[in-house]
Amino acid sequence: MKITRRGFIQTAGVATAVGIAGVPYIALGAGKKVVVVGGGTGGATAAKYLRIADPSIEVTVIEPNKDYYTCYLSNEVLSGDRSLDSIKFGYEGLKKHGVNVVHDMVTGIDAAAKVVKTAGGQSFSYDRCVVAPGVDLSYGKIEGYSAEVAEKIPHAWKAGPQTALLRSQLEAMKDGGTVVIAAPPNPFRCPPGPYERASQIAMYLQNNKPKSKVIILDPKAKFSKQGLFVGAWKKLYSFGTENALIEWHGQQEEAGVVKVDPGSMTVTTAFGDEIKADVLNLIPPQTAGSVAIGAGLTDEKGWCPINLGTFESKIHAGIHVLGDASDAIGMPKSGYSANSQAKVCAAAIAAMLNGQEPGTPSYVNTCYSIAGKDYAFSVAAVYRLAEDGSKIEAVSSGVTPADATAEQFRRDVAYAHSWFRNITHDIFG
Amino acid sequence: MVYKTLTKALLIASMSIGLSSGVCAADAPKLKMGASDTMLAFTCVGCHGNNGASNGPAIPTIAGLSNEYFIEVMKGYAAGTVPATIMDRIAKGYTEDEIKQLASFFVSKTFVKAKQEFDPKLVKAGGKLHDKYCEKCHAEGGQSAEDDAGVLAGQWTPYVMNMFDDFNSGRREAPKKMAKQMKNMMAKEGEAGLHALSSYYASQQ
Repeated sequence: MKITRRGFIQTAGVATAVGIAGVPYIALGAGKKVVVVGGGTGGATAAKYLRIADPSIEVTVIEPNKDYYTCYLSNEVLSGDRSLDSIKFGYEGLKKHGVNVVHDMVTGIDAAAKVVKTAGGQSFSYDRCVVAPGVDLSYGKIEGYSAEVAEKIPHAWKAGPQTALLRSQLEAMKDGGTVVIAAPPNPFRCPPGPYERASQIAMYLQNNKPKSKVIILDPKAKFSKQGLFVGAWKKLYSFGTENALIEWHGQQEEAGVVKVDPGSMTVTTAFGDEIKADVLNLIPPQTAGSVAIGAGLTDEKGWCPINLGTFESKIHAGIHVLGDASDAIGMPKSGYSANSQAKVCAAAIAAMLNGQEPGTPSYVNTCYSIAGKDYAFSVAAVYRLAEDGSKIEAVSSGVTPADATAEQFRRDVAYAHSWFRNITHDIFG
Repeated sequence: MVYKTLTKALLIASMSIGLSSGVCAADAPKLKMGASDTMLAFTCVGCHGNNGASNGPAIPTIAGLSNEYFIEVMKGYAAGTVPATIMDRIAKGYTEDEIKQLASFFVSKTFVKAKQEFDPKLVKAGGKLHDKYCEKCHAEGGQSAEDDAGVLAGQWTPYVMNMFDDFNSGRREAPKKMAKQMKNMMAKEGEAGLHALSSYYASQQ
């Protein structure tokens, strides 16, 4: 509880060194307290990089969970290629950087008083606040779906127990079964995710239950890396033939799922088709995390408008929003985007707390999709802030060429795994 | 642990100069010119590891290389003369000046040798092959970044093998002397020679 009490010390500028064993504390002048709401990819990166930028900033991360499971590479858990433990990360690394980590649920942010309150009854005052809650799943947009039903019919769009549940259902399914994935409408976390998921599940079925198939029901007319996915599916999973392990149905067929009957495991599409599944994975439409909504940081579309150079909210000064919850115009909602945005945001906050003008930002995103054995591809972009600040524009971007060689697709699997090791070390190490 | 401590020390050192205290002095004039070295370098480390020291197994460490080599390879990626799976797209995202900034950041960092498995039975033979065919440019058993050669000792094996493959297949053009030595080595030793060499480089930890 030492850390907890630290949070209550309201006397501005006086930092006592109790609570963080072994961290040499530099005496503070003016207040430099940052509270980070959410210890996912964006929040954890921001916390670490704030401490790196200026060790005199007191950084507290408030996160309900003791462990974080990355969404990236969680699809490999579904195929059995990767253990759930391998995508699990704790907060020891952040603590070593001198970050206070508090496991509690944020219930409110008072932007005027600059105070964050938690379910545990704690209050944390801040000079600047970082809000990185990720996404909230709008269960209500699919009739019959809810958080309770998700305990039986997983979304697995937040990794952890949901991933384990979907994996166990795939393992229990009979050969000849049908897996239905309901893809969400734009914008949503991890645009290529549903299609990599279908690929990983198809790989598992091919090796273990070859009479089965995966059906993707999609409200969209097209999807991320579509050409590359379809190319991989044709090559690996007989896509487009009678024996296809993957079928994709899009907006052209009004195939988006609007309703589920959990009892009969049947979904209804916008067109009115009813499809019965043996394993059902519903990925609902999304908005910014509920903390951001509760704090009044979202616009009518459900995402947080921000200054794209500093990630400071356009609604509440002193609060920065990054990662999936933010409307980072021009960048996709990916783990690497959140990591990159967090570094830009941390540098800006460190400058602002020291009375400086924030520097010129630079952003990057790389996203690998592993479509099967020895078969992965990527989308990558380097970004800068547009001169008028209206968007984060790509200086260079693109996907793996469709005519890439087998050797290139093979290498990208190893590079995807390397990316995972390096980025998770960058965030949690 | 050594790595972590070092990483932290270096990062804090570079950042506190770059951002907290001197930032202003160091960065303020750059505001109009573009992003700071550190800001740019942070876009690389998500894939290449903190301070360019990769956790592997296939993405290479980019710390402690020679300035010339770093710039030449980045320009090669951007121009399409150095084959890549992804770096072609990424290298095009930086101006020549920004590539120089990135080089100056990563060149000053320590090349941390990879902790990785290797075949101990091949190390001795690999060392002999290295001395015969490679040492002249890749000095000190492949550790040196001088002569603008790539650092081989302690680099991740899957990456080293990919590079061998790129040079041998002709996808990547080797400097004349290197091309000749590679050809001689391959004629006498074949694929086994590459495995011996990579084991020797990986054994240096």
